[in-house]
Amino acid sequence: MTQQKPLLSVNHLKTYFQSDDGLVKAVDGINFDVYQGETVCIVGESGCGKSVTAMSIMGLLPDSSTIQGSINLDGEELTKLSKGNMRRIRGNKLSMIFQEPMTSLNPVMTIGEQITEVLLEHQVISKKQAIKKSLELIKLVGIGRGEQIIKSYPHQLSGGMLQRVMIAIALACDPKMLIADEPTTALDVTIQAQVLNLLQDLKEETNMSMLLITHDLGVVAEVADRVVVMYAGKVVEQGTVEEIFTDPKHPYTRGLLQAKPVLGSRKKRLYTIPGQVPKLVDLKPSCYFADRCEHCMEICTQQTPELKCNDNSEHKVACWLYEKEVVHQ
Amino acid sequence: MTQEAIIQVNQLEKKYKAKEKMFRKNTEYIKAVDNVSFHIEQGETFGLVGESGSGKSTIGKSILRLQSISNGEIIYNGKNVFQLDKKEMRHLRTKMQFVFQDPFSSLNPRLRIGDALAEPLLDHGLATKKNVKEKVMETMEVCGLPTYHINKFPHEFSGGQRQRIGIARAMIMDPEFIVADEPVSALDVSIQAQIINLFQELQEERNLSYLFISHDLSVVEHLCSRIGVLYLGTMMELASRDQLYENPLHPYTKALLSAVPIPDPTKRRERILLKGDLPNPASPPSGCKFHTRCPFAMDICRRVTPEFKEREPGHFVACHLVDKDETNT
Ligand SMILES: Nc1ncnc2c1ncn2[C@@H]1O[C@H](COP(=O)(O)OP(=O)(O)O)[C@@H](O)[C@H]1O
Ligand SMILES: Nc1ncnc2c1ncn2[C@@H]1O[C@H](COP(=O)(O)OP(=O)(O)O)[C@@H](O)[C@H]1O
Ligand code: SF4
Ligand code: SF4
Ligand SMILES: [Mg+2]
Ligand SMILES: [Mg+2]
Repeated sequence: MTQQKPLLSVNHLKTYFQSDDGLVKAVDGINFDVYQGETVCIVGESGCGKSVTAMSIMGLLPDSSTIQGSINLDGEELTKLSKGNMRRIRGNKLSMIFQEPMTSLNPVMTIGEQITEVLLEHQVISKKQAIKKSLELIKLVGIGRGEQIIKSYPHQLSGGMLQRVMIAIALACDPKMLIADEPTTALDVTIQAQVLNLLQDLKEETNMSMLLITHDLGVVAEVADRVVVMYAGKVVEQGTVEEIFTDPKHPYTRGLLQAKPVLGSRKKRLYTIPGQVPKLVDLKPSCYFADRCEHCMEICTQQTPELKCNDNSEHKVACWLYEKEVVHQ
Repeated sequence: MTQEAIIQVNQLEKKYKAKEKMFRKNTEYIKAVDNVSFHIEQGETFGLVGESGSGKSTIGKSILRLQSISNGEIIYNGKNVFQLDKKEMRHLRTKMQFVFQDPFSSLNPRLRIGDALAEPLLDHGLATKKNVKEKVMETMEVCGLPTYHINKFPHEFSGGQRQRIGIARAMIMDPEFIVADEPVSALDVSIQAQIINLFQELQEERNLSYLFISHDLSVVEHLCSRIGVLYLGTMMELASRDQLYENPLHPYTKALLSAVPIPDPTKRRERILLKGDLPNPASPPSGCKFHTRCPFAMDICRRVTPEFKEREPGHFVACHLVDKDETNT
């Protein structure tokens, strides 16, 4: 996998917001790649910068933001594109689904109208062909009674059904890269299982790449090939799904895995990470996890650790514990 | 039932007026809770699980008499809650408390947290103006809220702290029984673990009994001694934790358990994928309400409502398939 060029390459990405409290460093110098046909999961707790990362890639940030660094998709530098060109990419190579399908659907248009609109905007086909393709897409995402569904309005459908519709819309133009931001968080667990299954099947059929964002380590373990762990706007650990779950290195990753109650493995008490995530304003150079970390050393409060490999694998961690010079000092 | 039961729910039924006439058929009401019976033992945590709309919150609110019921009875320490006079009910209000998923919605935004905690104490004459502050500080400490927060307003707290406030507000009344309705569902893993541990510590110190409502089967396994599984207002299975998690009998329970993502990539499992969505609660399926999604549905399931029967001591199930297996062996 490493020989090939990545489909998506995010390098030194920094996305900052101007706010009343000061400069919010929502995403603060992150790097990761997504290869063809691969599912990469970004995992982390709320506010750590997952959605801002997604919106940065999609070019959908509000005007109050500034962006630095590089986002390369299939050879094209997205941060340099004009609004119009970015729009073109969004409907073609790059698609996204959101946590709340209702917010991205038009309440007064039928499902059919919304799918055909996307098709007509990005492809040179007739209205009739577009309607036919809409029905195919509806079928593809596992919705029966397609004829009836395309005539319905969003409020007439359940959450699980709407998320399928969103997936159909996202797939309308055969994207190479699908970004899914907490696509199953609002769904019941049996419906979540259906939607995750669907995404996996579609990914395998089309060989597209998927960047799936979630706070749920269970979902990560089910779908990811590789994992990016974020904390306070930074990537703190990155590796294959096996590396992250069987040999987690960063104290935060370890803490998350231990703090979660897991079906079938009972403990008397759950492990807890003390404290809470810091505000992303005015953070001094340091490990941002320092005040919650049981291994915190002096250097952790003074210098920011870099995300690095410490052996020949691609398993990277940003933690002073793994910098041999430091520990031996 | 048993002598130590603190709560006994007998054939509880709750109908709501349907909000909209979505379908033209006989839909004047929704039977949110349909003939549900169970008891909660002194000092235990009873779990209620089921997908959204299954009637969990309705049962919780009915037990605390926060709303009327359509049929059945709620017995608290031998007394029928709905037959208490005003004075008795006022006393009971202190003994039974509610913790919500979103404590923010139940906090007055203009009331300092210290005053919000003091209010019910003064209201019920459980403290005097003189000693109320002392009681408030004591409870804050017990619930892990630093007392220097006493003059802050609700919006100044993080999600985890707000839930601690919600718990403190219940605890300050020195209750015997608490209904906790999805109290950790909105929290991040690291904060969730802190709050779960707090619930456990408080229970051990004060011999509290809990009704713990959650859609998260991992959290329920961790916390609860006995568990009821609801589907569309009907109790499908009721058992001890070991019985339910090690030997689930109802197809719905099995499907729910199999849908839970496990944070271990070496355990990616074959799932029981349920067909379709939750049916419209205003016109639930005939016979067994689960038959439209059940992989084992038989002819009889569509016609006859299965009886809720005890299969082994303490393990109740409502399913024709289980009946059949039993007669065959
Ligand atoms: N438009 C905005 N203006 C200011 N701050 C923002 C904006 N959008 C997001 N943030 C902040 O950026 C941080 C990361 O947010 P987000 O990416 O949404 O987190 P999550 O990991 O939960 O998706 C948060 O602290 C959030 O408050
Ligand atoms: N105030 C109400 N008016 C009408 N219907 C209601 C009301 N409250 C709940 N319901 C309906 O009753 C059913 C059970 O709801 P609820 O007890 O909130 O379920 P849960 O807590 O398991 O998600 C649902 O179909 C819901 O829509
Ligand atoms: S760098 Fe230091 S404080 Fe940060 S996670 Fe590693 S040991 Fe803990
Ligand atoms: S009664 Fe029939 S439909 Fe219902 S759960 Fe049992 S087998 Fe399935
Ligand atoms: Mg987000
Ligand atoms: Mg509820």
